[in-house]
Amino acid sequence: MAQAQETGELAVIIGLEVHVQLETDTKIFCGCSTAAADEPNTNTCPVCLGLPGALPVLNEGAVEAAVKVGKAIDATIPERTRFHRKNYYYPDLPKNFQISQYDAPICQDGRLEFSVGDERRTVGIRRAHLEEDPGSLKHKGGSIDTAEYTLVDYNRAGTPLLEIVTDPDFRDAAEVRAFLAKLEEVLEYLGVFDAGRDGSLRVDANLSVVAESEVGADGSVDADVLEAANRTEVKNISSHKGAEKALAYEAQRQKNAIERGRAVQQETRHWDESRGITVSMRSKEEEKDYRYYREADLPPLEVADWKEEIDIPELPDARRERFREEYGLDVEAADKLTATKQVADFYEELAAEFDADLAATWVADNLLGELNYRDMQVTDIDGRLDEVKRLVELVAAEEITAKNARETVLRSMLDDGRDPDTVVAEEGLGKTTGDEVQQAVEAAIEENPGAVEDYHAGEDGAINFLVGQVMQKTGGSADPGDVNQLLREALE
Amino acid sequence: MDYNAYVTEERIEGAEEGRLAGRTVAVKDNISTAGVRTTCGSAMLADYVPPYDATVVERLKEAGATIPGKTNMDEFGMGTTTETSAFGPVENPAAEGYVPGGSSGGSAAVVAAGDADMALGSDTGGSVRCPAAFCGVVGIKPTYGLVSRYGLIAYANSLEQIGPIAPTVEEAAELLEVIAGPDERDATTRDASEALGDGEATAITGDVTDEDGGYDFVSAADGDVDGMEIGVPTELLDGADDAVVEQFWAAIDDLEAAGASYHEVTLPSLEHAVEAYYVIATSEASSNLARFDGVRYGVSGGYDGDWNEAFARAREEGFGPEVKRRVLLGTFALSAGYQDKYYKKAQDARAWVKQDFDEALGAADVLASPTMPVPPLERGESLDDPLQMYLADANTTPVNLANLPAISVPAGETGDDRPVGLQFVGPAFGERAVIRAGSALG
Repeated sequence: MAQAQETGELAVIIGLEVHVQLETDTKIFCGCSTAAADEPNTNTCPVCLGLPGALPVLNEGAVEAAVKVGKAIDATIPERTRFHRKNYYYPDLPKNFQISQYDAPICQDGRLEFSVGDERRTVGIRRAHLEEDPGSLKHKGGSIDTAEYTLVDYNRAGTPLLEIVTDPDFRDAAEVRAFLAKLEEVLEYLGVFDAGRDGSLRVDANLSVVAESEVGADGSVDADVLEAANRTEVKNISSHKGAEKALAYEAQRQKNAIERGRAVQQETRHWDESRGITVSMRSKEEEKDYRYYREADLPPLEVADWKEEIDIPELPDARRERFREEYGLDVEAADKLTATKQVADFYEELAAEFDADLAATWVADNLLGELNYRDMQVTDIDGRLDEVKRLVELVAAEEITAKNARETVLRSMLDDGRDPDTVVAEEGLGKTTGDEVQQAVEAAIEENPGAVEDYHAGEDGAINFLVGQVMQKTGGSADPGDVNQLLREALE
Repeated sequence: MDYNAYVTEERIEGAEEGRLAGRTVAVKDNISTAGVRTTCGSAMLADYVPPYDATVVERLKEAGATIPGKTNMDEFGMGTTTETSAFGPVENPAAEGYVPGGSSGGSAAVVAAGDADMALGSDTGGSVRCPAAFCGVVGIKPTYGLVSRYGLIAYANSLEQIGPIAPTVEEAAELLEVIAGPDERDATTRDASEALGDGEATAITGDVTDEDGGYDFVSAADGDVDGMEIGVPTELLDGADDAVVEQFWAAIDDLEAAGASYHEVTLPSLEHAVEAYYVIATSEASSNLARFDGVRYGVSGGYDGDWNEAFARAREEGFGPEVKRRVLLGTFALSAGYQDKYYKKAQDARAWVKQDFDEALGAADVLASPTMPVPPLERGESLDDPLQMYLADANTTPVNLANLPAISVPAGETGDDRPVGLQFVGPAFGERAVIRAGSALG
């Protein structure tokens, strides 16, 4: 409350708890599928339903995914890790406790570097721990406050979660957004995350406002100052954009309160995406006591040797740098081509087989450009990258022109779903064979003696006229450069 | 006579062939049976029908056993007399008018009465051994991790094991062979021979596996205790009933006559074992029983007010007073500000108890004590005085704290014909040692 009197320059302090669903085939403590299900409560078993007598068994795939994240964020991974019970009652929690980690999380003391505009920033990551996702609640006939009744779906219960807790290092909402984008990029590269899955990223943010004078030269803020400032916890954020909007709103709300001499309440607030505001959850803010204690059903897990065997792929920043050096790409192209691991892998496949520049043009400009125009992602044509590769092959072999390849074939592939060979055949786009071009060249010379005369007289425009004639005869499928060359040879 | 030993009498037939074919094995009502209600002796679960079998039930069925029904028990295993059951108390077939012990009182009673050939109980702080002692039958509490707990409805999951109850040591050992062994659905199970390692077999224990690689407990039940060294922890005799102590020494005399020798040992940590046990067990219970909120099964809390109120109503209605007492105690012991004072201290005491047992078992093959410091209590005697009931667990709870195997075998009767049980405690996965010792008294 101390900040109420201060009306000088104000600084915003934000820390995040990011819940990330780890991409594994099965749930963290049972063999149920994590795939999206059409019917509620179908991907369930006694374990994830928390039925009496059922016991958890750890999915090592979830641990492996967490170790990969730990390596990617330079975290300390302990020799052994273990699980605790977090005890609280909530209708989406099958056992009324959540199996989580407490004093020996799988990752500690990491960091993540990212760019905000031209500035490079590094945010400390205190810890990242494994836990089970609760079920999901469907409020019928209203919101959480006004619904007539609520249904529980346990399909999500037991999905592996990694809760990533940052230091309070963010100074504005734009930084949070940039951080989340970078985090997703890294997770996606590691192959442990599916951004397209509903609820795969959920953010709780702690935000407080302090006097600018309390912020040290290195951007740090004294722990006592943070403790003294009332903070709000903003929940229900599920995207980068949402995070930026929610926290920009909340920062302004707190600043306004302070500037008007009102105290900021320490409370939990709910981000209402549709209204674009945060609202007090009105629950009495009592000190939470989760009564953490060791989960005896899961023996401690030795990761000392195992973690050495877990490799991670080249991460986005490193790959970007290598692309620039190895393929001579400019910053913009390198950024585009490393935006997701799938794109970068596809680019390298094409570069290896054809030509680095051709591949760059085709992936960064043509493919991403046409997709972007249609509001599509590469993931939307997951199974059809082979067709794109075939198209590039046709171009590289000079069987079709670059212009036709992009403007006719690629667009038709995306719009009508046809494959490249079909489009080429049906549209008659195949480059005319040498014989046909040669015949057209000879015919053009024979039919246009005037132009031939002009050519010999040294008139440069005459050759262009003859090229046009040949192009017309071949339906535009000949290469103008080749035609020019053939004409000059025939006229000598 | 009806001892009220079953909550549900419904036959579950096992495979046609198998080593238990033709025999009946009653199952305690906290062990899940697919399609047959499993109540834990609680009104909360009076209508709960599990959709799956516990691992031990699967193994019984594979071995050809017939399960004649689900046996009565103290509510959620919380009691020493089988009087806290929502389905009424169980009579002691071996001592009319007295309690059968608990919490597996129904399982011990059906075996003592001859209504079932054998039974399964569960032992969190003595719940197999106590009723075995009070009903004059044999009960084994296995090493933690020997028997799968998958499907056992948890009271205190770091302490409990499912164990056999039978008329003889040999039959109890046979039933243990059927249910023991690692289970991929219980991450705390271990393979006994792996846990023991090479060269652990002694003249007393012999090899835990037979030629086929299966567990062999039965061959240890040969009554041969020649050369066995028995440690007697004096703390477990102090304060015991005179008639019980008399029978205890008579049994030790018999063992000496058979070639065993004994020495007294002191385990100072045992003074704190009951307190540590009740702090740990109630703490775990407060968490394990949290899921009983009336949402998906059990007593419903109705739809008035918010969910918190509905949960509270379901738990108010569904749980009996002893369960409420222990959930409250455990919630308190784990709370911020008290956890260091109670739960953490209890864990320290547990480590100390383990260490004391390890030391004592370094100089002895088994440790011996009365199973219960008292003979069977009169019905109703302890209900108004929970502390008296808790203190009766002084000799059994330390074994659960130390994760060790123990057996209770009949060792005579008091002057007024009440059964007395003798307990042998062995080293981790030393089931064969306690079976051998127990079989000498059978």
